[in-house]
Amino acid sequence: MAPSVSHIGQPRNRVDGRLKVTGAARYAAEYQANELLHGYVVVSTIAAGRIVAIDTREARAMPGVVQIFTHLDRQGVSWWDRDWQDDTAPPGHPFRPLHSDRILYDGQPIALVIAESFEAARNAADVVHVLYEVAPHQTDIHAAEADQYEPPKKREGVPPPPEPRGDLDQALAEAAFRVDAEYEQPSEHHNPMELFASTVIYEENDKLTIYDKTQGSQNAQQFVSAVFDLDDVKVVNAYVGGAFGSGLRPRYQLFLAVMAALKLKRSVRLELSRREMFYLSYRPITLQKLSIGADSNGKLLALKHHAVQATSLFEDYQEAVVNWSGLAYQCDNAAFSYTLSQVNTDTPGDMRAPGAATGVFALETAMDELSYAAGIDPLELRLRNYAERDQNMDKEFTSKALRECYAEGAEHFGWSKRQPTPRSMHDGKELVGYGMASGFWDAQVNKAEAKVRLLADGSVEVLTAASDIGTGTYTILAQIAAEAFEIPIDRVKVSIGASDLPTSPVEGGSWMAASVGSAVHLAAEAIKTKLIHRANRHHEAFLPIASADLCVEAGMVKKTDGTGPTISVAELMQAAQWDAVEETGKAGPDMLQMQKYISYTHSAVFVEVRVDEQLGVARVKRIVSAIAAGKILNPKTARSQILGGVVMGVGMAMHEEGLFDHGTGRIMNHNLAEYHVPANADIEDIEVIFVDEHDDKVNPIGVKGLGEIGIVGVAAAIGNAIYHATGKRLRTLPFTIDKIIS
Amino acid sequence: MPEAVAPETGTHTISLTIDGAERSIIVDPWTTLLDLLRGPLGKTGTKKGCDHGQCGACTVLIDGKRINSCLTLAVMKDGAEITTIEGLATGDDLHPMQQAFVEHDAFQCGYCTPGQICSAVGLVNEGHAHERHEIRELMSGNICRCGAYTNIVDAVQSVLDQTAKAPTP
Ligand code: FES
Ligand code: FES
Repeated sequence: MAPSVSHIGQPRNRVDGRLKVTGAARYAAEYQANELLHGYVVVSTIAAGRIVAIDTREARAMPGVVQIFTHLDRQGVSWWDRDWQDDTAPPGHPFRPLHSDRILYDGQPIALVIAESFEAARNAADVVHVLYEVAPHQTDIHAAEADQYEPPKKREGVPPPPEPRGDLDQALAEAAFRVDAEYEQPSEHHNPMELFASTVIYEENDKLTIYDKTQGSQNAQQFVSAVFDLDDVKVVNAYVGGAFGSGLRPRYQLFLAVMAALKLKRSVRLELSRREMFYLSYRPITLQKLSIGADSNGKLLALKHHAVQATSLFEDYQEAVVNWSGLAYQCDNAAFSYTLSQVNTDTPGDMRAPGAATGVFALETAMDELSYAAGIDPLELRLRNYAERDQNMDKEFTSKALRECYAEGAEHFGWSKRQPTPRSMHDGKELVGYGMASGFWDAQVNKAEAKVRLLADGSVEVLTAASDIGTGTYTILAQIAAEAFEIPIDRVKVSIGASDLPTSPVEGGSWMAASVGSAVHLAAEAIKTKLIHRANRHHEAFLPIASADLCVEAGMVKKTDGTGPTISVAELMQAAQWDAVEETGKAGPDMLQMQKYISYTHSAVFVEVRVDEQLGVARVKRIVSAIAAGKILNPKTARSQILGGVVMGVGMAMHEEGLFDHGTGRIMNHNLAEYHVPANADIEDIEVIFVDEHDDKVNPIGVKGLGEIGIVGVAAAIGNAIYHATGKRLRTLPFTIDKIIS
Repeated sequence: MPEAVAPETGTHTISLTIDGAERSIIVDPWTTLLDLLRGPLGKTGTKKGCDHGQCGACTVLIDGKRINSCLTLAVMKDGAEITTIEGLATGDDLHPMQQAFVEHDAFQCGYCTPGQICSAVGLVNEGHAHERHEIRELMSGNICRCGAYTNIVDAVQSVLDQTAKAPTP
């Protein structure tokens, strides 16, 4: 038999690499149109109240200005909340830009200037004068916490806190060791490098082609169609300059650009500024309380976890924050609760591992605290409490190679060199600290379709509305199709990133590879079946052979055992007069399987920090992240996904914090100089390990997804390492120097 | 002959050599080099990430030196020779830095990448970086939110190793 070309599991360069390194890949703001108009947004400078007057006379008189839109002249949009609710909207009333004179948060868009050039629009926006009536606002969660409430309506796709189990109070009372602690996390802002932008190409009869920065072209397309009641809209997101969750929901620049294009019957581009991006969605400010009780061997007896998160005044955004504590370790007595507090900001949104990054930070810090209280090595403590079953759902895991993550991670890191006592390891002027944490994330499959087309020349096309936000979707889909037909990867053409392609979910939740990848795999299998049937029915030599004994291999239809007749696929297609064979694959959650099983990705993160003993300056010297995520399609792009998550975890731990001035209700550091995201100098050594994890239940291709798991646990592992280095326990993110030396 | 005309307020005619092509352009005094490139000239390979000199996405090379084009007014650069990401490759042959970025998977979304690559070429020209920690420090003006930093350092290091003796033009 001919050796099959293997693509899956191979470290392949990105198929879109050349386009990205030459500047040829085009992002939302980079499409040209005839007589393109440019927009610039005016945002509110108060956090609550109303607009009494908005004076646009001076701005209108500026050269090049075409029109200025405010709440006074917005028109022709749907009245119904359901039309404004995109696929990922939480319960509530979605924000409607320029809807009324009401101001709900600082940075809310209140006017749109449209001009012949970007500069003209920007200049005019500066001289739009607004008179406000100011009302009281609240941006301080510590004050808002008093009014916390359980969200009456649950957000779709987000499990509510698990049911209580056992007898928590008694178990806590009996515990030999206890940790009771509170944890705090500020707002974190996605800050993808690409600015949010929409270029709306207007054609006669309100036909729109929209290049939008979004994680789901179809979600954006449905939103525009519903809100404006249009029937000829196409949304394209061929390249997306990062998003990390911020592009799940349609952002207001999409609405405003479409509104202007329809009104002016011209093409419009609207690109937001970096400052405006700080007002869009964010990882919510969160306060958590954890109590853990363990017996004298460190076995967990009791666990209680409460979280309160910020949300806006108009939507109940929700995350699964406390749930992870119910499935991470075996613990028979537990209680969980989750509430919201309203603040004057835009609605928070999903940001890389929403809920888990937050909840696991608290849980894994508390576990570390318990390890020191009980005098047990932190890694050993986790092994003693290893969960063999999801107690929240009472289900088995489809696979769980977390033990292997612990073992391989510890080995590569050199965990055995850790001296147990805090402040006991030094290197020159620096204190050395070792810390670790576990990570957890869902491995989900979402409904997805993909069309695969085998052409007469043996090349293959893959079509689906999936997105590639840097995740490597183009590359892995090409690999899956190339593997199926045993052809070189450059003979596969992947078309994604447009709303008129077969249905795909938004890119998020780490489900893209598993869902769309499975759909491509199934479509390819269907094509092979069709070829086999054709040979079986129309070619004499194959008539006596049962189709179950036939296969397609290396471009030939033949018997699986290698004996008997063969026919090339090309010959077969020619005889049938087929230009192409096309099939659609559909993937989705396996409901039957899900009754018994549940699926997660796991990680073990090991960190070494160095803390300058006199100055308190901490740096993360190295991180080892060991990941169990089923089959790895492309170790090269997979590793990058994890590196990205780890780096964002370093940001979460060390730098990132939206600083609110509660007096004005404003984020003060709304730029990349004052809101620090990790720079190259902040990142030293990161090692990524993928442990073997075979999973034949999670989905047809055994893939679990990688977009989120890399960040989970990182902040806790860093904090735990800082504790080990300094003896100082930090429970409020980020771990800035003031907290270390205080 | 002016090729691209900004709004009627445009009052300055400048000439620039961009990626080898000489162009004469009418610009407003307040138009940044970045907005000129991305807008009227349609050279969108150069990216805007902040417009404030804080992210490096807009990095281009002027006479071989890396600059933030968002902090540069176009009128200030009359007569300059500018290389953007679109001018680094020779025909189908990628510049060694571009090739190294592909090989080392030194990007994910690709949005910071043109700036990273131009910056890295500038860094090699400067000749100050030899060790990894120097690369990290001297590449810190270019933010990558996708977190490709370790791979970026690998890519730059590999080019430095190749070109230790002959700096790229
Ligand atoms: S766009 Fe110029 S530095 Fe950010
Ligand atoms: S590759 Fe996405 S920001 Fe660098």
